[in-house]
Amino acid sequence: MKTIYILWIRQLKRYFRSKSRMFGSLAQPLLFLLSLGFGFGPVFAKAGQGNYIQFLVPGIIGMSIIFTSIFSGMEIIWDRQFGFLKETLVAPVSRFNIMIGRTFGGATVATLQGTIVLFLSLIAGFRPFSLVLIPVAILVMFLSALLFTAMGTMIASNLDDMQGFQLIVNFLVMPLFFLSGAIFPLTGTSILSVIAKFDPLSYSIDALRHLLSNINNFGIGIDILVLSVITFIFLGLGSYFFSKIQI
Amino acid sequence: MKIIEVKNLTKKFGNFVAVNNISFEVEKGEIFAFLGPNGAGKSTTIKMLTTLLSPSEGSLFLDEHDVKKNPNEVRHSFGIVFQDPSLDDELTAYENMEFHGVLYSVPKKIRRERIEQLLNFVELWDRKDSLVKEFSGGMKRRLEIARGLLHHPKILFLDEPTLGLDPQTRNHMWEYLRELNKKEGITVFFTTHYMEEAEKIANRIAIIDHGKIVISGTAEELKIKTGTNSLEEAFLKLTGKTIRKDEANTIDHMRMGRRMWTRK
Repeated sequence: MKTIYILWIRQLKRYFRSKSRMFGSLAQPLLFLLSLGFGFGPVFAKAGQGNYIQFLVPGIIGMSIIFTSIFSGMEIIWDRQFGFLKETLVAPVSRFNIMIGRTFGGATVATLQGTIVLFLSLIAGFRPFSLVLIPVAILVMFLSALLFTAMGTMIASNLDDMQGFQLIVNFLVMPLFFLSGAIFPLTGTSILSVIAKFDPLSYSIDALRHLLSNINNFGIGIDILVLSVITFIFLGLGSYFFSKIQI
Repeated sequence: MKIIEVKNLTKKFGNFVAVNNISFEVEKGEIFAFLGPNGAGKSTTIKMLTTLLSPSEGSLFLDEHDVKKNPNEVRHSFGIVFQDPSLDDELTAYENMEFHGVLYSVPKKIRRERIEQLLNFVELWDRKDSLVKEFSGGMKRRLEIARGLLHHPKILFLDEPTLGLDPQTRNHMWEYLRELNKKEGITVFFTTHYMEEAEKIANRIAIIDHGKIVISGTAEELKIKTGTNSLEEAFLKLTGKTIRKDEANTIDHMRMGRRMWTRK
């Protein structure tokens, strides 16, 4: 327990100490929120879909979660390059516990980021549907963050250096984000909405949308179920590949 | 009692054989020097002994645990000071020590005492709250040593621990290690390029070259066997005078292996 805690706190310390990283990773979701929110707002309303900001904010929260989480998971590559990974890998702590501590730390950081985005979006005119549901929404953020941190861990355990990083961003993170219905509604039987069903981020965003804006597609029960199952799978895969790391 | 038992150990990276069918034993409480030119296979062997790398062939036992089968148990038995940096730059010196102490479940009271004692010992106590990234190379090295000594394992691996240390710190460190070795019976397994160091400190020495152990025994035995007057001469006689290419690290080997594999 103590060892999981120290790994968790390490991730948090690193986050709070790196102000540039903190602001840097807030800038992107805010840019999306403002440009898309105010840019497409009138078109969205004209199409009879209602207030676009209400629709978009859960998607933008999902975006900041997926980016922060996957990158947190991938920090293993930095640790490998700076040598610190060795220090943890030879310690008398099971690799599963190391992976869990790191993953929970990364997920906590991502949840913090998501919550900050949520509060900043209030300035842009977002109004949560119910205040009581906000803590539940934060739990959903955490669950999603666990999922994607574990995914990042899994990927990073199989990479030697940062050279594959751009590849991951362009061929994994970006598609997961754009195909998740974060910025457009998944209605009808279009190809996009079929693809979105295979994107775990769709369920995070759908759940957040339900809890924050009372807009729903799959149904909150399905969302939580799917997210939980996939999180378990990725925690399993992440710790498996993490335990196989060779230096 | 034998605390390290290595039998027919081999490690290949693709076609490159880094460690070639070596066998050796280290007795409990011994100070054992593992010497060899750059690229001879020292670090690779240490990585296999410390569960960071899995061997291609052969068996390894540490404190009677099978390294291949029970890495978790094995990790309880040893501590290591790495050749290359392994500190967290974003944490302070104290936090790095604390992190290590918690991972190795050193009880809080002892942990606090030892951290203070060791940071004083390497003259970093007044810098304990500085981030490691602000440290010079020598300071980082000293912190690594201090951290490696924070818990008292049964076996302590030191991979070129004195590299880049000034003679004062070096002497200091060996004194401290001898103390530990005598008082607590800690087995010390170290590599170095300073032959006088090995001659002075080690009970027994093995010399590895091109992945094979070429000789082993006490410094005296080595000198007698090679008919030389010092360990340095013995070493040069056994391993030749040509300068070796620096040891490529494992990741380079893996990359090489991958390239060979994917590009045919």
